[in-house]
Order: sequence, then structure tokens, then C-alpha cells
Amino acid sequence: MTFPIVMNPETRDRFGAEIDAVQRDINASLGDRDRRYIKRMIAIQRGLAVAGRLTIYASLPLLPTGLPFLAVIGLGSFTLGIAKILENMEIGHNIIHGQWDWMNDPSINSSTWEWDNVCPADQWKHSHNVVHHTWTNVMGRDRDVGYEILRVNPTQPWHPAALGQPVYNALLALLFQWGVAVHDIDIGGMKSGKTTWEQERVKLRGVARKAAKQLTKDYVLWPLLAGPFFLYVIGANAFANMMRNVWSYMIIFCGHFPDGVHHFTEADVAEETRSGWQLRQTLGSCNIEGGALFHVLSGNLSHQIEHHLFPDMPSNRYPEAARRVRAICARYGVPYNSGSLTRQFGTTLRTIFRLALPGGGGERLARA
Amino acid sequence: MAVPQSRSVWSRILDVASLAATPLAPSHYLELVSPLRATHTLNARVEAVHDEGDGTRTLTLRPGRGFRSHRAGQYVRVGAAINGRVVTRTFSISSSPDRRDGCIAITVKATPDGKLSRFLVHDVRPGAYLTIAQAQGSFVQPEGAPVRPLFVTAGSGITPVMSMIRTFVARGTMPDAVHVHYARTGETALFATELASVAAAHPRYRYVLVTTREGHGARARFDRAALDALVPDWQSREAWACGPQGMLDAVEACFAAAGRAQHLHLEAFHAKLAPRDAKATGGRVRFGLSRADVEANGQTSLLEVAEAAGIQAAHGCRMGICHSCDVTMVSGCVRDLRTGAEVNEPGIRVQICVHAAAGNVDLAL
Ligand code: FES
Repeated sequence: MTFPIVMNPETRDRFGAEIDAVQRDINASLGDRDRRYIKRMIAIQRGLAVAGRLTIYASLPLLPTGLPFLAVIGLGSFTLGIAKILENMEIGHNIIHGQWDWMNDPSINSSTWEWDNVCPADQWKHSHNVVHHTWTNVMGRDRDVGYEILRVNPTQPWHPAALGQPVYNALLALLFQWGVAVHDIDIGGMKSGKTTWEQERVKLRGVARKAAKQLTKDYVLWPLLAGPFFLYVIGANAFANMMRNVWSYMIIFCGHFPDGVHHFTEADVAEETRSGWQLRQTLGSCNIEGGALFHVLSGNLSHQIEHHLFPDMPSNRYPEAARRVRAICARYGVPYNSGSLTRQFGTTLRTIFRLALPGGGGERLARA
Repeated sequence: MAVPQSRSVWSRILDVASLAATPLAPSHYLELVSPLRATHTLNARVEAVHDEGDGTRTLTLRPGRGFRSHRAGQYVRVGAAINGRVVTRTFSISSSPDRRDGCIAITVKATPDGKLSRFLVHDVRPGAYLTIAQAQGSFVQPEGAPVRPLFVTAGSGITPVMSMIRTFVARGTMPDAVHVHYARTGETALFATELASVAAAHPRYRYVLVTTREGHGARARFDRAALDALVPDWQSREAWACGPQGMLDAVEACFAAAGRAQHLHLEAFHAKLAPRDAKATGGRVRFGLSRADVEANGQTSLLEVAEAAGIQAAHGCRMGICHSCDVTMVSGCVRDLRTGAEVNEPGIRVQICVHAAAGNVDLAL
């Protein structure tokens, strides 16, 4: 858990200055083109959501036909699933990060945006934007390391409960939005007295209120429109939600758990400077390679390294930033963890399975 | 009664529809196909543009459904994205609320440092959409008892008064009115032709055009003597004045000296921008909601300034990544400590952990 490279402070500051220059250049070139991008993305997403829901109803008259019915309702829920993925990732996650605040547009702003997800945006801002992005991969501080239920690093003490990891992992994938929703509830903090049940209960109430609306929408109102066939609509909507859950789980787990990613101790970051923070973000994040459509569907979190270096840079600029960051890392000899989805997710799963059992440190180091 | 009941059923239907669109509203979807029907935001379509000469243009706007009509003399906030960034300013409406087609007109003069005014005069095309807000302002004619108005306007300050005069004409309620308008030359005087024909058709309306560059001599600037000469009975009139600050100050002083301050209604041009000064470091910071007013230097983040003043400001990372500390800047100028860029756009949200004062700042904190 030490840094994989030795860099004296001056070199590290020069590295940091080059990273800052990437941000400055790109921010200075933001303009109409970027505004058109996010406006179009929002329009496409809303169009897909409507199209998906309508297709689900269009399938109902085909019920007696069997296979054609399944094909059409499948298409409808898949389209709705894609809409939900875009809404949560390329649009919601990124707007809530403040990536589009520079537009000064009250209708696309981090302070007011709410997303199609059971986690209230204000709680997400705390658990994600503040805690995770500030303390990325610092053991004991970043509550995204294993989401407090998985052992993803050998330095986390083993407990017999870890044996169930493969099962928890699968459940987390299917119910990811619920995991995210209760993530800001600080159970550890309640035990240590950092926060109280009263404080946490307020948050839970917020989750309950948001969840009630979300559930009513997908599992009561829209199904009611189908009259006696409401069960099919419930099924289709559940599929869309689950599809979004599994996809976002996969992309997000690939961000910080694949082989070769680095974790840090609180001592590592005790006197951290800005360039130290930048180096840690680079070493603690992993990119996924793929085509343009893949990047958009991942909310450009496939550029996790750049997202962590520049959390409020508009995501459509990450590919451009990534080319420059990668070149800078190469020059300074900083490991740049980038691989295919198969590689990144494969090694993530292997770690989760392996660390269900005690130990795991030596073998992991040997691989790294 | 049938009407309120049907409305409550309708509003209940709308509530259910909103829930079906949660976390958005049906309006967000509607806007994509019909921007003027949106209710979560108010849009307006540019129907026509008409060049008035002298870098001035009248835009005819069709406001979205939710727009409540204005009162003659009021202004409206207009916004457009320029280079990706939304800029909003207020403009007086120059058309009458009685216009049959439901449109409103604003008359805009391009000013050298006016981002939005230059955009509206030079770049915007019919068919484009702008955002607007409900009309506002108390620079209006009193309801009820008619008065004998005196209008004193200069340059594009004529716009709100134009709306009033057009309304008198449309309603056939022209009072005994005198209108003194200051323009640089006869050619550049806004609406001169229209006002001359209004004067011809309405003997009760007297239009006095004073040109400041064409040898009106001593009367070319507003003062007491000029007013006495042009409008001998001005002390028995209710006055409305709109124009540049210098003229308004002169009018105000004249009315105050004559003890008629309460009969004067003033409208200044809106939104004075704070100067953007590359050398300015620090300034006075006003935390309006916390009732604090402190001196700040140009290196200390506004978050630290607030905390030093005993204000508990929301924050997270303290390093410019989480946006928990964003605060609306009412007016003023701040500098981004990371890039050195200055921001002076009123109403913008500022990350106070990485911005410092670059001149005086007024924050909604
Ligand atoms: S406190 Fe995080 S951006 Fe200011």
C-alpha cells in the first residue's frame, strides 16, 4: 500500500501542473458545441424513455402470438433500460457533479437536478462527490471501497461473513440503486459516535420519500395504464431498472477494483498536496477501453482516471483529456490502468471471489 | 360551481401525470416538441426582428403559454445561451399589452460590452428560442383615476414609455400628455415617425424631440430652465422618466428642488455589471443572508472569508471538486484561484472554496 512509483515532490508538482494545464485548456474551450451535446443527449434520452414505454404497451395486443410478443416487449423494456442508463450515467451523474454548471443554465444545474433513481441527489452529492472523490481509495475513509460489505483489498481484515461475498456481490449488482440509496447512511459513524441515529434517520426519510415516488411511477401508475395486463408492464419496467442496475454496477466496480489499482492508507495522505491528490486519483482509478457508444453508455466513467482528476469537466471532453493524461503519465512513468471491459471486470470478480477466503495478499501482489 | 371543480379534477390529473414523469415533470417532455407549452420554464420564440438603425433592433417575441400579460412600462428578463453560457438581462417591453397577436416586443440597443444586447441585435434570427420570465416592475401608469403625464425619456430609455403610449392609443384613452424625448440626432431618434403620427392623430399628446447633437443649444440637456421652457405646466403633472443615469439624476434633482419628488417615477437601465479588473485583488464581501459585510483580500477563498466572519457555510472537499459550497453571486466580481479567470455575471453560482474576491462581491449566503 505504498506508492508504486517514487517521485520527488518537485517532479510530482510538475506532473500536477501538466494535469492542471489539460483542465485549463479544455475548460477554456467550452462553448456552444458542448451545450449542444448535453441538450441533444437529454432530448435523445427523453425520446428513448417515451419510445420504450410506448413499445411496451404496443406489445400487449400481440400477447396471444407468443414469440413476437416477447420480442416487442423485450425491445420496449430494453429501450427503457437504455434510457435509464443514459439518464443515470451520462446525464444525471455528470450534471450532479457540476459538469454543466458552467453553462449557468438553471434547468441543467447540479444544485437542482434530480435523477431517475431511488437515491436522492443531495445525499449522492455527499456520499459520492464529497466523500468518495476526496478520499478516493483511502482505506477507512473512502466508503466506496467494497461499499462496506465487500472485502476487495487484502488489507481489509477477513471475517467469516466474507464467505458470502459472491452472493452479496450478485445481489448488489441486481439491486445497485438501493445500495447507492442507503450508502450515505453512515452505520460505522453511528457506532463510533461521529453521527447519530437522529441525523441518519433524516436521510432515510429522504430515501423513503424518493423511493415511494419512483416505485409508484414504475410499478403502479404505468402498469395501471395497461389495465388487466399490468403484470407485464411491471415485469418490463423491473427488467429496465435491473438492466440499469447491473450495468451501472459493472461500470462503477471497474472504476476502482480491477487488478493493479492502488489503495492508500491515511498516513499516505496525511500531508497530501494538490499534486499528491492528483497522483493518488490517477493510481486509484481504472479506465475501460471501448468504442464511442460504449463510452457514452458508461457515462464516460470508462474514463474513470480523467473523471477523478477533473470531476466537473463535461464528460464529452474526457476522451480528449484521456489522450493527453495518458501521454503525461507515460512521460512521468506513472502507471495508467486501462483495459477492456472483460479484463477490468474479470479481475474485479476474481478479487471478490478470492477475498471471500482469508488471505489473498501475497498472491495479489505477485500478480500486480 | 362547475368551473372550479373541473379545474381541481384537471389539476389532480396533472398531479398524477407528474408522478408518472417523476423526477421530471410532463412539461420537460412537452418542451422538446413544443417549447412554448413548457411550464417548468418560460420560453419565447423570436417571431420577427426589425432594425431601427443606430445599432438598435426591435424583436417581436411570442411568449410561452404561462406568460401572464405585462402592464405597460414593465420589463422582462430575457436569457440566451452565448458561447454555451446562459446570459440574462432585463429589457423594457415596448409593445402594448393589448396587442392582438399576444406577442411582446423589446427594443434593444447593442452596447459595446453588452454580451446579450450584441447577440440580440446582431446574431439572433427569427425562429430562435429565448428564455424569459414574468414581466416585473412598478414603472407603470396608475390604475383608476387618469393623470396628466409628463414623460421624459432619452435614447433607448423610451421603450417602457412607448408601451404606455401604444396602450393609450389602442384603448382610446390618450390623456393630456407631454413627452420630451432626448436623442442624439433626428435620424437616430427611436420611434420618431410613429410618435409624430400619434401626435398628429391625438391632439392631447404633445411630442417634443430634443436633439443633443444638432444645436438645440442650452436646451439640449435636461435642466430646470429647459423644462420650464418646454413644459411650462410641468409642476401640475405626474412624471415618468427613463434613460441613462446622468439624466435621471438631473431629473430627480429638479423634482426634489421643486418639492415634487413624490410625483416622479424613475426607471434606470438595468443590470450594471461589476467592472472586471485584472488587477483588482480583494474587496468588500457582503453575505446578504447572514447580514455580514467584511473586507477580503484577493488570495483568501470566499469560504475562508465566510468562516472567519463566523458564518457556517456548507462545504465538502474544500478543493473545488464537489460543488457543495456553491453560492449564488448576486453581483460583483470574483476570481477563480485555480485559473485566475474573473467572473462577474450576476446570478451565477460560485464555488466559494476556490474563488476569491476581485472587487466588491455580494453573495446570497
Ligand atoms: S467545497 Fe467542494 S467544491 Fe467547494
